[in-house]
Amino acid sequence: MSNPSALLEEIAETALAPGRILGGGAARNEDLPAWFREQQSAAWTEFQTLPMPALKDQAWRFSNVQALDLAPYTLPVSLSDRAERDLLERSTELSEIAGRLVFADDHFLERDVLSEKLRAAGVIFQPLERAMIEHEDLFRRHFMTQPATLGSAKFAALHQALVRSGTFLYVPRGIEVELPLETFHWLHSENVAIFPHTLLVAEEFSKVTLVEHFRSADRSRAGFSCGVNDLVVGPGAKVNYVCTQDWSDRALGIQINATTVARDASAFNLYLNLGGKFSRLESLSRLIGEGGRSDMLAVSVGDGAQEFDARTLQDHACAHTYSDLLFKNALYDRARTTFGGLIRVEPHAHFTDAYQKVRNLLLSDDAEANSMPGLEILADNVKCSHGATSGQLDEEQMFYLLARGISAAVARELLVGGFLTEVLERLPAPALIVRLEELIADKFARRSR
Amino acid sequence: MAHSGLSFESDMQELIIQDLHVSIADQEIIRGLSLSVPRGEVHAIMGPNGSGKSTLAKVLAGHPDYIVTAGSVTMDGENILELEPDERARRGLFLAFQYPSEIPGVTIANFLRAAVQSRMPEGEELEATDYYAQLYKKMDLLEMDRSFTSRSVNEGFSGGEKKRNEILQMALLEPKYAVLDETDSGLDIDALKVVSKGVNSLRGPDLGVLLITHYQRLLNYIVPDRVHVMVRGRIEMSGGKDLALQLEEKGYDWVKDDIDEPTLA
Repeated sequence: MSNPSALLEEIAETALAPGRILGGGAARNEDLPAWFREQQSAAWTEFQTLPMPALKDQAWRFSNVQALDLAPYTLPVSLSDRAERDLLERSTELSEIAGRLVFADDHFLERDVLSEKLRAAGVIFQPLERAMIEHEDLFRRHFMTQPATLGSAKFAALHQALVRSGTFLYVPRGIEVELPLETFHWLHSENVAIFPHTLLVAEEFSKVTLVEHFRSADRSRAGFSCGVNDLVVGPGAKVNYVCTQDWSDRALGIQINATTVARDASAFNLYLNLGGKFSRLESLSRLIGEGGRSDMLAVSVGDGAQEFDARTLQDHACAHTYSDLLFKNALYDRARTTFGGLIRVEPHAHFTDAYQKVRNLLLSDDAEANSMPGLEILADNVKCSHGATSGQLDEEQMFYLLARGISAAVARELLVGGFLTEVLERLPAPALIVRLEELIADKFARRSR
Repeated sequence: MAHSGLSFESDMQELIIQDLHVSIADQEIIRGLSLSVPRGEVHAIMGPNGSGKSTLAKVLAGHPDYIVTAGSVTMDGENILELEPDERARRGLFLAFQYPSEIPGVTIANFLRAAVQSRMPEGEELEATDYYAQLYKKMDLLEMDRSFTSRSVNEGFSGGEKKRNEILQMALLEPKYAVLDETDSGLDIDALKVVSKGVNSLRGPDLGVLLITHYQRLLNYIVPDRVHVMVRGRIEMSGGKDLALQLEEKGYDWVKDDIDEPTLA
């Protein structure tokens, strides 16, 4: 299949909502370069070839694979001016930022441009569809170069076949961007499918913080987000990446991350998962240079029948590297989580330090947490530990708070918040921590209403 | 020597415990205890280990592990045994814990704020500047550093810091009745002085204090109006502050020997 528009018709007919999106789909990517559409075409073929995940696949064990039915979803059509204005107005989270990109239903809406100083320094922060034209070589060198190995190869292929916008962030050698950069991806129309993409390339000794917000315009609407975020952290560079996921509780979300950490570089990833009916995170950290460090953090607060599914790989491909994973889940009602994580220390990756810790707080008898930690050590002189535990609120702590007059509901909130704080506090950005705590508090407030 | 002369007038400003029986896992720990602490007075309960002193403190505060099988506890005429622990606290009962819980991730500032907020009418928001002004005033009283407020509740605190933190909460929440459970345990002499000074500064006509202690030492710093001796789940002897000195001299065996005689009921 080499004709992209035929590809899109085929997608329209077979993949997502038969017959409903012919017009929008066919016109979808005509403006993008031919090489890109050819890649999309190949990806589409791959998507069709690969089987849907099944429960018997180790990578999908304990997952609710029924949630992956894509039939209801359609490709986006354009938004009304009013919807755009409304979403732009709501696209503020951080008060001090170096730049912002806003997308809704995969349409690029607006950006707050970078300062003259950052642009002059060579920092690029622009929508994907422009970056692939204006910075083709740079873009092609890094775009979709990490295979999805944690179970979602099929969805990575779907993503590549249908991606049409997203964020390209490039920080040249030695440049430090002090304030965070921010993006928004909105699910707007009922049953829309979006494919948010983020490609972050931080060159040697650069420093940058990117915060992405995944939101639903209307908490009662269903939708599907199939995203990829690739972070390329060059030698000695320092990248903080935060993703706050607060889709509607009817949304399906799949997020595929690959982080590559070079010599003496440091990557901090934090995923805050609050929304979604079923949301899955596949996160790979690959340490390819001595002195590299990766911190993989996640906080999930689930209630109702929400399900969070996380699969991780800490891949130590080089000696003297460090990784530390800390995931915490607070689960109310019938919420459930699955964690499958592997630390792999490749041959010759001696003197590796790798840690993996998962903590589940079960706030109801019906909540469920499944953990499958794993180690695969093929080198010597390695320090590794892994562990997953589940527990309830501590009754003595609870009594202590009650004995101060604090109501049971507020006491529980304080304790759950305290439980999650250990993760947030690892983030080397105090202003961000405060905002993340507020988002968690919003979720508590929604619960108590 | 049993306590007598209880009055049940509704305007009584007293914490009254009457014939209290308490069990945990089918074992009776408090066996018919009666005691009353009027506001404005400090009563000390002394007793050997295992006499049920700490159980009494927890039962008053409403700890769910203990089962009250008989008796009553009223605070200013209201039966508090029917109330949840948080309701008791909001009505004006305070327990300074012997072993305060460590709560990682919850700062002192947020914790105390929630406690103060819980005493405000529904829909009313605590004014942040007023709150901090109040808090800092009480912290100064207890010689606590301002940075204290951003630490997690009791996490990594020394014994002295934990007890100071208890008294800080008492100062801020202004209870009608405070039960101090072994507040002197784990304190060196300097910390003991600071904590005692804090408690003494809170003494007044509106506050009744029940001071539970194993050692007489604390009572040199917080001088009680009455001293009660608790043995095997009951108050076996009551007297003035001199009783503590007698106990110090003669030891608890003196009381135990005494109550072995059947004539003492």
